[in-house]
Amino acid sequence: MLKLDKKDAVTFLFVVAITLLAPFIMNPFPTESGLAQFNAGYPDLMQRFVIFGIFAIGYNILFGLTGYLSFGHAAFLGMGSYAAVWMFKLLTMNVIPALILSIIVAGLFSLLIGFISLRRSGIYFSILTLAFAEMSFRLAYSVLTPLTNGETGLQITLKDPRVLDAINTTGHQPVTSLFGLEMRNTATLDIAGWAFQFNVGYYVSAVFMLIAFYISMRIFRSPFGLMLRAIKTNQTRLNYTGLNSRPYTLAAFVISGMYAGLAGGLLASMDPLAGAERMQWTASGEVVLMTILGGAGTLLGPVLGAGFIKYFENIFSKINDNILHSWFSFMPESLETFFTTIIHPFVGKGWHLTLGLMFMLIVTFLPGGLVDGGTRIWNRIRKNKKSSSSAASSTEPVE
Amino acid sequence: MSKIEFTRRGIIKTSAAVGAGIAMPTLLTSPAAAYTNEPKGKTVTLGFNVPQTGAYADEGADELRAYELAVEHLNGGGDGGMMNTFSSKELKGNGILGKKVEFVTGDTQTKSDAARASAKSMIEKDNAVMITGGSSSGVAIAVQGLCQEAGVIFMAGLTHSNDTTGKDKKANGFRHFFNGYMSGAALAPVLLEMYGPDRTAYHLTADYTWGWTQQESIQQATEAIGWKTAKNVLTPLATTDFSSYVAPVLNSGADVLVLNHYGGNMINSLTAAVQFGLRAKEVNGKNFEIVVPLYSRLMAKGAGENVKGIFGSTNWHWSLQDEGSKAFVKSFGKKYGFPPSQAAHTVYCQTLLYADAAERAGTFNPCGIAESLEGFKFDGLGNGATEYRAGDHQCFKDVLVVKGKENPTSEFDVLEVVKVTPRAQVEYPVDHAMFAGGELGKCNSGA
Repeated sequence: MLKLDKKDAVTFLFVVAITLLAPFIMNPFPTESGLAQFNAGYPDLMQRFVIFGIFAIGYNILFGLTGYLSFGHAAFLGMGSYAAVWMFKLLTMNVIPALILSIIVAGLFSLLIGFISLRRSGIYFSILTLAFAEMSFRLAYSVLTPLTNGETGLQITLKDPRVLDAINTTGHQPVTSLFGLEMRNTATLDIAGWAFQFNVGYYVSAVFMLIAFYISMRIFRSPFGLMLRAIKTNQTRLNYTGLNSRPYTLAAFVISGMYAGLAGGLLASMDPLAGAERMQWTASGEVVLMTILGGAGTLLGPVLGAGFIKYFENIFSKINDNILHSWFSFMPESLETFFTTIIHPFVGKGWHLTLGLMFMLIVTFLPGGLVDGGTRIWNRIRKNKKSSSSAASSTEPVE
Repeated sequence: MSKIEFTRRGIIKTSAAVGAGIAMPTLLTSPAAAYTNEPKGKTVTLGFNVPQTGAYADEGADELRAYELAVEHLNGGGDGGMMNTFSSKELKGNGILGKKVEFVTGDTQTKSDAARASAKSMIEKDNAVMITGGSSSGVAIAVQGLCQEAGVIFMAGLTHSNDTTGKDKKANGFRHFFNGYMSGAALAPVLLEMYGPDRTAYHLTADYTWGWTQQESIQQATEAIGWKTAKNVLTPLATTDFSSYVAPVLNSGADVLVLNHYGGNMINSLTAAVQFGLRAKEVNGKNFEIVVPLYSRLMAKGAGENVKGIFGSTNWHWSLQDEGSKAFVKSFGKKYGFPPSQAAHTVYCQTLLYADAAERAGTFNPCGIAESLEGFKFDGLGNGATEYRAGDHQCFKDVLVVKGKENPTSEFDVLEVVKVTPRAQVEYPVDHAMFAGGELGKCNSGA
C-alpha cells in the first residue's frame, strides 16, 4: 500500500487511526470527574500535539538520520509563523497561501544557514546553528520591530489590507479558514458525561501531520535516507570513497527546515499571532528534547516525544495548590498539608522540574527513548508467550 | 457476479454501524450556547492568567493572592473587603448571579505565546467566561486579542502601555490600571516644581510596547515644561546588567536620568545608576536626579536604599486613608500578613468590577457585561471617583505621585504619596495622537 512494505503500512495505519480518534483517546475521563484535570482532548492542545509532531518529525530527518545536532531549528519555526501572519495581514485569511509562503521562507533561510553551518560538523555545527538562531531571535525581538512587532508579537488587526478577501464590515476580527471552513469551529459530542471536541483546525493540522509522517517514512526507506545514515555512521569513510556528502546533509537540513516552517505556519493558522519567543534557544532545545525523549532515528519517536512534552507543559503547569488540596482533602489535615507540600514543587510552575526528572530517567534507563521502552515491553510479552508455548528458541537476524 | 450472503451477525453489525452514522450529526452539537462558555451548572469559572516565572514573577504572585481574596469575598467568605465600600451594592456575597465562583490559574511566563496558550486552554478546557491578569503590556495585548476572537471578556491586570487601550484596544477588553500618558501628565508639574524648567533628560527604556509608549509620554510631558531630551536608549527586557547602559549617561550632558523600566529591570538599572555614583554628581551646576515614572512597592522594596528621594507615579498605594483602601489593606493583611501591592489592588478591583457588571447586566454574556461596564461610574475602590470610559474602555481616576521615603519605618513603608493628581489633569481625548491608530470593533460573544 502506498509503496510501503507491510510493517511500515501497519505503522502508518496505526498513526492514522490514533490521530483521527485523538479526540476520544485524549479524553479518557468524564468532564465532571476529578481526573478531568488530566484530559488533553481540547482543541488547542491537540493542535499543539500534531504541529509539534511535524516539527519533531522534520528535525528527526536531520538529527536522527545524519546525526547533525542543530540547536537552531526554532528559528525556522518562527520565520514560518511570521511569514504566515504576514500573508493573513496582506493577502487573505485562507491558510493555504500562508502555509505555502511559510514553507518557502523557512526553506530559503535554512538553505542559507545550512550552507554556512554545514561547512563544519560536530560541536562546531551545533554552535553555528545556535548562533544563527539566537541572532534571528534578537533581530525579531528588537531590531526588526517594524516587521515583527517586537516583544508584543505580530497580530492581525481590523485595518489590514487583505487584498483577496471581501471588505470586512462586521467590526469583528476575521478568522483563519480553509476556503470558508473556519479553523476555530468545534463540534462537541456529549455522551454520558464525556464531552468530545472535534475541531476543524485540529483535523487540518492532523492531515498535514500525516502527510509529513508519510514523506518522512519514504525518506527513511529511500536510497537517500540510506546515504544519510551512512553519514551518521562514518562520514570520514564516506568521504574517502570519493563521495561528496555535503549536498546530502544540506538537503536534509533544508527538508527539516521546511518541516519547521510548515509547523510554524500551522501554529499561526490556528492562532494568528507570531511572537519572537518561539525562536529563542529554549524552543530550539525543546525540539531536541522531543526527539531524544521519543527516540532519535525512529519513525514514531519524535511524535511521541512532542506529545509527551506538550502534555507536561499544558497539563502539569495548571495544577495549583487548590487542586492539590482538593485531591488530598480526604486525608487528615496534617497529612494533607504534608502531601501538598511534597508535591507542590513538581506541579504548577515547577513542571520543568518534573519534565527534567523524566528526561533524566528516560535517557538513563531507556537510551532509545519512549520507542525503546515500547519495544522492550513488546519483546517481553512476545518472549513470555513463546517460552510458554514452546521451549525452542529461534535465532533472529540482527537487522 | 458475487454472491451476497446475509448472516445474522453481519446484519446486526451493519445496522449498528449505519445507526451510529445516522445518529452522529444529531449528537454533534455545534456551538448551541448563546455565547462562549455559557455557565450552565451551579458554578462559574474565571481564568487568572499571571506570570509565575520570569522578570515579573513577584507581581504575578501578588496578583494571584488578590484574585484568591476576591473570589473568597465574592463567595461570601472573609470580611467582604472592598465589597462593603464599593458604591454599587449589587454584590451580595453569594457568588455571581447566584453561581459560586471557581477559578483556574495559568503561567504566562511573561511571553505572548505561552500566555495565549494558557488562556486558550482556560477557555477551551476549563470553560472560563472571563480571563484576567497579565503583568506585561505585551502579554496583555496578546491575550486581549485572543479574548476578542474567542468571545470572552478580558479584564486587564497590570498593564501600563498606552497601546492597551490605544492602538490595540479591543471591544472585549477593559483596563482599570492607569497608563504612560497619565504618568507623564501627573509627574511633569511635580518635576517642574522640584527640579526647575532648565533640565536635560536621558532615557533608558525597556524595549517593548510599554517602554516605548511610556518614554514617548514622559518625553512629551517634560518637553512641555521646558526640559530637553538628550537621548533615548532602548534596553532589551531580558537585560540584567545595566552598567554598560549607565556609563555613557554622565558624558551626555544630561542632568536627569529617566528609567522607563519596571520590575526586576528597574531594580537592576537603578542599582547600577546608584553604584556609578550618579546621584552624588553635579552636572551644569545642578544635582543629578533620577526619575522612575512607574513605581511599585515591590520594586521599591527590591531596590532598597537606592529609591530614597526618587520620584515616580503609581496607580494606588496601601497607605491611602480612604475607606476602600483601608478595608482592602485590612482583609489582605489578615489573610497574608503584609500589605498588598498596586498590582494586587488593580486585579482585585477588576474582579469585583466584572462581577458587579454581570450582576447589573443579569447575564454572563460578554456583550451584556461590556455594555454595563461602558461609561460606568463608581467609587469606593480606593481611587476615589472613577469612570470606565465607553470610547476606549480605560478607567479615569486620580493618579498618585510618589517619592521613595527617606526614613522608612518598615520594609513595606518605602513610598510616600507626594501629590494626588486630580483626574481632570490626566484626561485626554479618545483620539489623542498617542492613542490613535486602532478601533474597538464590536463586542464578540462568540455565538
